[in-house]
Amino acid sequence: MFNIERWQEIFETIRKNKLRTFLTGLSVASGIFILVVLLAIGQGMENGIGKQFEDDATNRISVWTGVTSESFKGLNAGRRIEMDNRDFELAEKKNIDQLEYKSGVYSIWGGLTSYKGESGSYRIEGVRGDYQFLENETLTSGRFINQSDLDNFEKVTVLGQRVFLDLFKGKQATGEYVEISGIKFKVVGVYTDPGGEREETRLFIPLTTAQRVYNAGDKLRSMAFSLEKQDNFEDAMAASVAFSAQLEADLKQKHIIAPTDKRAVQINNSLENAKRFYDLIWMIRAFFWGVGICTIIAGVVGVSNIMLIIVKERTKEIGIRKAIGAQPISIIGMILHESIFVTAIAGFGGLITSLFLLEMVGPLIESEYLLNPSVDFGVAITTVIILIVAGALAGFFPARRAANIKPIVALRDE
Amino acid sequence: MGSNSLHVLKGIDFTVAEGEMVSIMGSSGSGKSTLLNILGMLDEADSGSYTLDNTIIKNLNEKVAARYRNKFLGFIFQSFNLINYKTAVDNVAMPLYYQGVKRNIRMEKAMHYLEKVGLADWAEHHPNELSGGQKQRVAIARALASDPKVLLADEPTGALDSKTSYEVMELIQGINDEGKTILIVTHEDDIAHMTKRIVNLKDGIIIDDSVVTQVRAKSALHV
Repeated sequence: MFNIERWQEIFETIRKNKLRTFLTGLSVASGIFILVVLLAIGQGMENGIGKQFEDDATNRISVWTGVTSESFKGLNAGRRIEMDNRDFELAEKKNIDQLEYKSGVYSIWGGLTSYKGESGSYRIEGVRGDYQFLENETLTSGRFINQSDLDNFEKVTVLGQRVFLDLFKGKQATGEYVEISGIKFKVVGVYTDPGGEREETRLFIPLTTAQRVYNAGDKLRSMAFSLEKQDNFEDAMAASVAFSAQLEADLKQKHIIAPTDKRAVQINNSLENAKRFYDLIWMIRAFFWGVGICTIIAGVVGVSNIMLIIVKERTKEIGIRKAIGAQPISIIGMILHESIFVTAIAGFGGLITSLFLLEMVGPLIESEYLLNPSVDFGVAITTVIILIVAGALAGFFPARRAANIKPIVALRDE
Repeated sequence: MGSNSLHVLKGIDFTVAEGEMVSIMGSSGSGKSTLLNILGMLDEADSGSYTLDNTIIKNLNEKVAARYRNKFLGFIFQSFNLINYKTAVDNVAMPLYYQGVKRNIRMEKAMHYLEKVGLADWAEHHPNELSGGQKQRVAIARALASDPKVLLADEPTGALDSKTSYEVMELIQGINDEGKTILIVTHEDDIAHMTKRIVNLKDGIIIDDSVVTQVRAKSALHV
């Protein structure tokens, strides 16, 4: 391996056979390039889709009501169902042991909000303190709604990052007063949401305050719950599904809704979505790996093919070398050494090119479903090594056969 | 190869002493090339024995054969068999590479032999830039490079016109004058008469083995 004479011999051969070397290198480099880009796109899709699920707690269960679609017990279809505080209390009492976070929500769309001449229309959500965790919010300053706010009908609000930027232009917001629907609210905090801008154009106020300000009595627009963490995904899944079913049944019984009505009560179970997400991710990953492995196989076949041609093309040369005293092992060594060298250089070349491309283009991609495409460096290196080893193996057998041909036969080859 | 075996040589018994220059003659199919290949360890005899420089050459595996070829023998082929992508000097240096000679010494020796065949100025040229005669002289330099005991030439002038043939033969005679043992396979009478002994083969057996008066190629050139 460290025989300088051998290296000189190989460099000379490579220099004199540029096209052949280039073609071998190209097939290896493009194989690695395609594989790395594919894996990166797969990872990017995973990241992108994952992002869609990040905006809420992963074990969140949301309930909202609509219009009945079936008549039941003498009541017509088309009846609007509205939940109230009693529904929430019932659900809370019934499942007190397994609930982690819970909140009723009363929200209005397009609440005009202004501060010193700046104004905008945002969603206003009346919530309880737990809602911070159900929505996966992180406070950048101040605090969230608390129990005392709810008890005392405090006029306080927590701004989304976007709202904060719109109205305050980056100035200190906590302690200031904003006007929501004509009523002054004290800003107590600012939050960010992993779901991004869409989730940050909201203001939270205490649920009790919201119900009072918007004359909603004790009505709720929706309810959100999360269950205590379980040790494994299957248990969490089972508990979550059971809870959802129970809740739906209770609500339907109380509001006199047909058990088969799909529109009156809707329950969205994040965990079920998460499971679907993980299945999807798994499929994407399997698909890209499948394609990637096929690419590698194609690359290996390409390298073997070229190795076969090289050996065939050099049969006469091998005969000459043997006639002047080359030993079989030195012939095999020469061919393998050259092929491993070319494959390695080309493989790492393809790897570096693709990583460079990802580095340059990756951050420029602005798509909801493709985010920060990247590849595990260890995986990429492993693939290059596999390709080199496979190429060497594929080259070994024709090389050995050529090395064992009698020189007289090889010399006759034209 | 295969099941249809053909006995080409049917009992050859002859000895070549050191410093001799022997031509092996015969029509095509007489077995002269096969004999040379066996002598060159490029091929192996089914039976019989072959002793080269007091070494019995028998049951060779490729590894040992390669070592013997490198140590004892230099080949000159009809079709030159130079490696096309290497320069003249690199071609000449190749046997030395397989002897494990260091690069600078190798190159020095190769240049020395190129000078000897009169091609020092062509050292950096590739075979396709050389004439047939020049190629054969490069091949002769290569055969000499490993300082072998015996030079084996298979129709060395077969691909050359007569003027060039005589030039090449002059060179080979000069090498013989320095004491190298040389065997030449040829079917040309004039070439055969430039050696010192002619062995005539027919259908795999020696029909005639006689010492002849050597015709110097130099004088033939000026006829």
